[in-house]
Amino acid sequence: MKVRLGFLLSLLAGDPQADRAVPPTGFTARLTVFTSGAMALLAVFALAFSLATERMADRWAAELARTSTLRISAPQDQVGAQTAAAVRLLETTPGIASARALTPEEQQALLEPWFGPDLPIASLPIPQLIEIIEEGDGFDETGLRARLLAEVPGAVLDDHTRWREPLVAAAERLRLLGLAAIVLIGLSTAAMITMAAQAALAANAQVIRVLRLVGARDIYIARAFVRRFTLRALTGAAVGTAVGMAAIWFLPSADDAGSFLTGLGFQGLHWLWPLAIPPLAAVVAFMATRGAALRSLKEQS
Amino acid sequence: MIELRNVTYSYGGGELFSEVSLQLAPGSFHFLTGPSGAGKTTLLKLCYGELVATGGEVSIFGSDTRKMNRDDVAMARRRIGVVHQDCQFLDHLPLSENVVLPLTVAGRQAEADANLKDLLAWVGLAGQAESLPPQLSGGERQRAALARAVIMSPDVVIADEPTGNIDWEMSQRLLTLLVELNKMGKAVLVATHDLNLIRAAKAQVSARILRLAGRKLQAAGAEL
Ligand SMILES: Nc1ncnc2c1ncn2[C@@H]1O[C@H](COP(=O)(O)OP(=O)(O)OP(=O)(O)O)[C@@H](O)[C@H]1O
Ligand SMILES: [Mg+2]
Repeated sequence: MKVRLGFLLSLLAGDPQADRAVPPTGFTARLTVFTSGAMALLAVFALAFSLATERMADRWAAELARTSTLRISAPQDQVGAQTAAAVRLLETTPGIASARALTPEEQQALLEPWFGPDLPIASLPIPQLIEIIEEGDGFDETGLRARLLAEVPGAVLDDHTRWREPLVAAAERLRLLGLAAIVLIGLSTAAMITMAAQAALAANAQVIRVLRLVGARDIYIARAFVRRFTLRALTGAAVGTAVGMAAIWFLPSADDAGSFLTGLGFQGLHWLWPLAIPPLAAVVAFMATRGAALRSLKEQS
Repeated sequence: MIELRNVTYSYGGGELFSEVSLQLAPGSFHFLTGPSGAGKTTLLKLCYGELVATGGEVSIFGSDTRKMNRDDVAMARRRIGVVHQDCQFLDHLPLSENVVLPLTVAGRQAEADANLKDLLAWVGLAGQAESLPPQLSGGERQRAALARAVIMSPDVVIADEPTGNIDWEMSQRLLTLLVELNKMGKAVLVATHDLNLIRAAKAQVSARILRLAGRKLQAAGAEL
C-alpha cells in the first residue's frame, strides 16, 4: 500500500507532457466528475447510516445487558409485602447492583403517554415495577426465577432480552446493509470509470498510434489517462463528500434522544470518516483506469 | 543493426514477397523502389517492428522481432526515426511539440531546445512552429515528419516517400539532411519513386538501390 500511495502521489504531481499528449475529452470528463460526486454523496449517507445503526445497536445492547424489570402482580393487600420481599431477595442476589421499586409517580410517568396525565393510578390494579440494575456479568436467570417462584409468587421477571434482542439483531443487519451499500458504491464507481476510460481510449486510437510510432511505452500512454481520471474522480468525490457532510450537519436535530431518524449523523471523531471517501475514490479511479488502459492498449497493439 | 533474413510476408492472402534479405548496417544508405503496391511500405514496417514477418527472421538491434514485447518495440523505436507515408501527428498539439514528441516520450525534453530551432529552419518550417498539423500543407507535414524522425539523432532513419509532395529544391535540402546523418554513421533507408532524388544522392554517397517487384527484392540495374 505504501508503494501504491507513493506512486499515486507521483502520479498526481504528474507528468504534464504525457497529459498534453492526449487531447482533452470534455464529455467523459464531466461524466466522471459528476458520477464520482454523486457516488461520494451516496457513500456519505451510507456511512452515516451505518454509524448511526451501529450506535443504536451498541446502546440497545448495553442497556439490555444492564437492566431488567421485575413485575409484581398480586392482590392489592399483598403488593407491599411481596415488593419488600422481592427487593430483599434481589439485593442479595449476586450480579445485581441494585433493585429499586418504582414510585407511583414514576409508574404514572411511564403510563402517561398512553393514558394521559389524569390517570387515577392508585385505584387501578397496576402491577408494581422493580428496576434491577446489573453488575459484572449479570445474574443467573434460571436460579433467580426459581427463588422468586418459591418466595414471591406474584413476581414476573422481564429481562428485556426477549423483546430487544430482535431489535439489536435488526440494527446490526441494517449496519451490514449500510456497509454493503458502500462496497457497492465503490464497485459501481469502478465500473463507471472503467467504461469512461475505455471510451476515452477508443476515441484516441489515432493518438495512441502516433505515440507508439515515436517510441512511447504502454505505461507512458496509460499514465496520461490514469492521471486525468484519477484527478476527476478526486475532484468529484471531494465536492460530493462536502455536500453530503453539509447535508448531514444541517439535518434538523429534533432531540428525541434515541429516535433513529434524527440520530442519523456523525458524532465526534466519526466526522473524520467521510474524509476518507475522496482519496478512496481516487484510488478506485486510479486502479480502474490503469486496468482499463493497460488492457485496451494490449488489445490495440 | 537491422537485419532481414529470408523474410516472407502476407496480409492473410497470398504472399506479398518472399525470400527477402536485407542488412541495414551502420553508415549504410539504401533506396527502395518498385511499383505501387509491391509492398515497400510493408517491408519498412517489418524493419521498425510494426509488423512481424510471417516467415524468416527480422532482427532489430540484435533482437528477434518475434520475441519482442511492446515495451521492447517501444525502446527500439527510440533508436529508429520513421517518416510514415501518411504522416501521423497529434493534431491538437502545435508542430513544435509534435516534432519533439520522440524526446518527450523518452523523458529527454531537455535536449529539445538545442535542436528544434535549427531543425525547423532547415526543413523550412521555422515560421510554422506554432501551427497545428491540420493547418499545414501535405509537403509541410512531410518535412515536419522528417524533422520528427531525426530529432532524436537515431541510429537508423527509415523514410517512406519523404519527398512525395515536395518541390525539387526542398527535396534536395531533405536529402542533404539524410546524407549528413548518414555520414555521422546512421543507417538510412528511403522508399521512393523519385529517380531524380536517387540520382542526386548517388552523387553524394554510395547508396545501394533496391527494387521490390514481382515478390522479390533485388539490386536495381544500371538504368539509374
Ligand atoms: N493492413 C493491410 N491489410 C491487408 N492488405 C494490405 C494492408 N496494407 C497493405 N496491404 C496490401 O499490401 C500491398 C502492398 O502494400 P504497400 O503499402 O506495402 O505497398 P507500397 O509498395 O508501399 O505501395 P505505394 O508505392 O503505393 O506506397 C497492397 O496491395 C496493399 O493493398
Ligand atoms: Mg507505400
